[in-house]
Parts: sequence; C-alpha cells; structure tokens
Amino acid sequence: MLTQKEIVSTIEMIDRQHLDIRTVTMGISLLSCADADAKAACDKIYAKICREAESLVRVGEEIEREFGIPIVHKRISVTPVALVAAASECGDYVPFALALDRAAKECGVNFIGGFSALVQKGMTAADEKLIRSIPEALDRTELVCSSVNVGSTRAGINMDAVALMGRVIKETAARTQDREGLGCAKLVVFCNAVEDNPFMAGAFHGPGEAEKAINVGVSGPGVVYHALQGVRGEPFDVVAETVKKTAFQVTRMGQLVAQEASRRLGTPFGIVDLSLAPTPAVGDSVARILEEMGLETCGTHGTTAALALLNDAVKKGGVMASSSVGGLSGAFIPVSEDEGMIAAARSGVLTIDKLEAMTCVCSVGLDMIAIPGDTPAETIAAIIADEAAIGMVNNKTTAVRILPVPGKQVGDSIEMGGLLGSAPVMPVHGESSAAFIARGGRIPAPLHSLRN
Amino acid sequence: MNAIVSVIGRDKVGICAAVCTKMADYRINILDISQTIMQGNFTMIMAVDLEQASAPFGEIRDALSQLGEEMGLSIRIQRQEIFDAMHSI
Repeated sequence: MLTQKEIVSTIEMIDRQHLDIRTVTMGISLLSCADADAKAACDKIYAKICREAESLVRVGEEIEREFGIPIVHKRISVTPVALVAAASECGDYVPFALALDRAAKECGVNFIGGFSALVQKGMTAADEKLIRSIPEALDRTELVCSSVNVGSTRAGINMDAVALMGRVIKETAARTQDREGLGCAKLVVFCNAVEDNPFMAGAFHGPGEAEKAINVGVSGPGVVYHALQGVRGEPFDVVAETVKKTAFQVTRMGQLVAQEASRRLGTPFGIVDLSLAPTPAVGDSVARILEEMGLETCGTHGTTAALALLNDAVKKGGVMASSSVGGLSGAFIPVSEDEGMIAAARSGVLTIDKLEAMTCVCSVGLDMIAIPGDTPAETIAAIIADEAAIGMVNNKTTAVRILPVPGKQVGDSIEMGGLLGSAPVMPVHGESSAAFIARGGRIPAPLHSLRN
Repeated sequence: MNAIVSVIGRDKVGICAAVCTKMADYRINILDISQTIMQGNFTMIMAVDLEQASAPFGEIRDALSQLGEEMGLSIRIQRQEIFDAMHSI
C-alpha cells in the first residue's frame, strides 16, 4: 500500500524538482523507402513517417494527462538518411531533409533525427554527399537534426571525415549566422554512436534496429540535487547510494511511460535511456549536483571525480529499474542547457579543457559549447579528433556539438532560447592544428587484446 | 482503473466535502482517504476507483483542476501505476 509520504514525494518531484520524461522518441526504419528516383524516395519517406508516427503526439499527451507526468518532447528518429538516399540518383540530399522536416511538422513532433551518415571506417559516395548537404539542410529546415559518426573502437577514427566535419560545422554556422549559428546546435559528430539513442541532436534509428521502436529518455537532475541536499557532509558511499535510489525511481517512471506508449502505439518497446538531462531552469542542473558534493564551482579540481561517481551511480540505480536499457545512459554536460554550467563557464572556472576531461567519465561529450566565430575549421576538427580518441580508446560514446558563432568573441554570449538555453563564448587554444588535420587518413583502432 | 487524487494547499472549511461531492457527481468510488498537515500545507490523498466513472479521465481531471482553482488549492488526479512504479519493486 502506498503511503501518503510516497505520494507526496512523487508530486513534489514533478512540481518542484523538474522531474519529467525528457523525450518519447519513435524510431522508424526508412530502408523500405529507397528508390532510384529521389523524388519518389522523398515521397515514400514522408508518407511512411506520417503513417507510423500519426498518433505519437496525441498518445504522448494522453499519457501526460493520465499519469500527471510531463513529457517534454515527442520526437522521431529515422534510419541514417545516407543509407536510404544511396539508391537515388541526385546531386545532393537536401530534398531528403526537407521531406523529413515536412513529415515532422505534419506529425507535430519537436524534432526529427537521422539526417546522418556512419563513416567511421570510410565514406561511400552517398555518405559524402549527405555530409556536404548538411549546412544547407540545417539552414532550410527547422526540426531536422543531423549526426555523423566518424570513429569507433573497432574501426579507429576516419580523419578525412573529421577534417570534413570541421569545415561542415563552420559552413553550417555561416549559413545560419542570422540565427547565431543555430544550425550547429542540430549537428553532432560522434565516436561510437549508438543506434537507439532517443536524445537529440544525435538520435537516429540504426540499421541494426527493428522496423520501429519506442525509446524513452528520462531526466531528473533536480531530483538528484534535492536528494543530495539531504546527505550533506556524508561520505561518498552515502552519496552514491542516494543517487542510485533516486535514479531507480526516475527510471521506473520512464519504464512505465515507455511500456504505456509502446502498448498504445502498437510499437515495440526499445529502450529506456538512463540519462540525467539538464535544462536551463534553476534547480535542474548537473553542475549544481557536482557542486552539492562539495565543489565551490563546477570545473574546479575534483569535478571529474564527482562526475564519475554521479554517472556510475545513475547507471547502477537505473539499470535494475528497466527491462531494457540503452541509448547514451549517463549524465549529460551540455554547457548552454545547464544553468550551473553556464555560470561556471561565465566565471572562467569551467574551460573546454576541463570539459574534455569530464567527458572521459560521463555521457556524452563536448556539448552545446559556443566558441569564437573565427575559430579555424582545422581547430574544430582537432577538437573532434580529441573527443573521438577518448571515445575510441575508452570504449564509450563521445560526441562534439560545438557552435562557432559568427561575429562573436570570447566574452560575448548567445541566447538560443527554450531548452537550448544561452552560452558564453568560450576560448579555444590559438595554436594551429592545421598540419595535423591536413594529414588525413585513419587513426588505427586501438589494441584491446593482450590483456594478460 | 485506480487513481490517486491529491489535494494540497491552505486548510479551510469544506475542502473534503467539495472534493467528495465532485467524486459522487462523476460516480467515482472512494477507496481510501487520508489527510494531514505536511510542511504547513493541508494534504489530502484519496485512492479512488474509476470503474463506474461517468466521464472520461481527461474531463474528470479538468473538473478537479478547475475546482482546485476555485478553492485556491492544487487538486490533481493521476493513475495509480505511476506511484506504484516509483515506490514498490
């Protein structure tokens, strides 16, 4: 029997601690839409998405009302478009992005992800065409998100793709400069990308997935922060236990919503992503959790250790609460989307170098970081290479979502609004990486045997 | 379907009567009621059964929410599964 205290604690989590389901994402395979005629392929893509996801938003809203839990985003992820568009004879793939955008608007979802290519070992002609289409695609669409996987633990790092992505990010920023380079907020460069990630901008429905699936991403930094306030000064064992218990509760809620959505939509349940996803709202910050552990400002010495504990405890608590865990599953540290990270970056304590160290122990990578608009493409590529190396060697997903904001310098800041938040422009190293990036080729996969 | 009705706000005369009347209007059976003062707030929790309810869930939810607004309280109804999921293994 439920106690009054338990009921009130759930209501407080939702009302005062920003507990929500961050996203219900429907993954849809588009492999059946390939066609030699690009227009026919785009028509099939539009029709299939509209058919499969017709009820997604309505069902999401019904669940919100009946269970009293906010579902912030309803989203769609699709097969990496490079795989589908490869069959079509056309010069660029922008029409495919436009078809995705139209379908997303028709369905009423917040975002659609999957304008993507997987090029960790090499690029097909279609992959390259897709990557070169990204700047225009992100300029001319509103809801489309794009991702490119440039490395993996098994394949190494495709440095030609890394170099190309440095230029693509710059071009995307330039094309969307009237919106402060916002196109780059919808573009992620991955190493070890996962096929069932429900979070944007990196969601796509991997080629190893079923016809369709419901994947759910939970949130809950505010709940963890609140729980840790109750154990101030206690040893780390207590901190870890507290985070685990909280993550368990949050994930159970995610599992319930995932099952309910799956049943009502007649779509198999895929995974629950056990992520702590912050928002710019006060009280919903991952940085403030780290500070609650005893750090004056996020980014000072001890931050990496605090984040390692948090990330691991979230997984340990969450994994028992769900029948199927996947996606990125860990604490996110997007700078612009986290009130505490924004403050720490503004104060100069949190730097890109420290953020890079933090990404060694958490999900996912250098995320939503504004840098000066005149940063060379080669420097951006080198930042991507560093992140990909961390992912490759440590067998984990890493990513870069970085915004070289046209016309902005260190000390400026940008406002993106909504969940994307605001970001101070952070300094990058001025010394050149151009000769390093110009080499091209592939960084070989690391040795993961000879363990004796 | 079982649900939890929670009423939170400043204590005053007639809260229980008004909420129970609304339940009766919609033919909702009350299984359990408890009330207390938590952190200075009047808190009433009702476990209810909507098997015989005369209106869809959404309409009942809106009616309770409106009653709450009229009385200066927060009144919500949520399906019980969400609390079970979070608090029992």
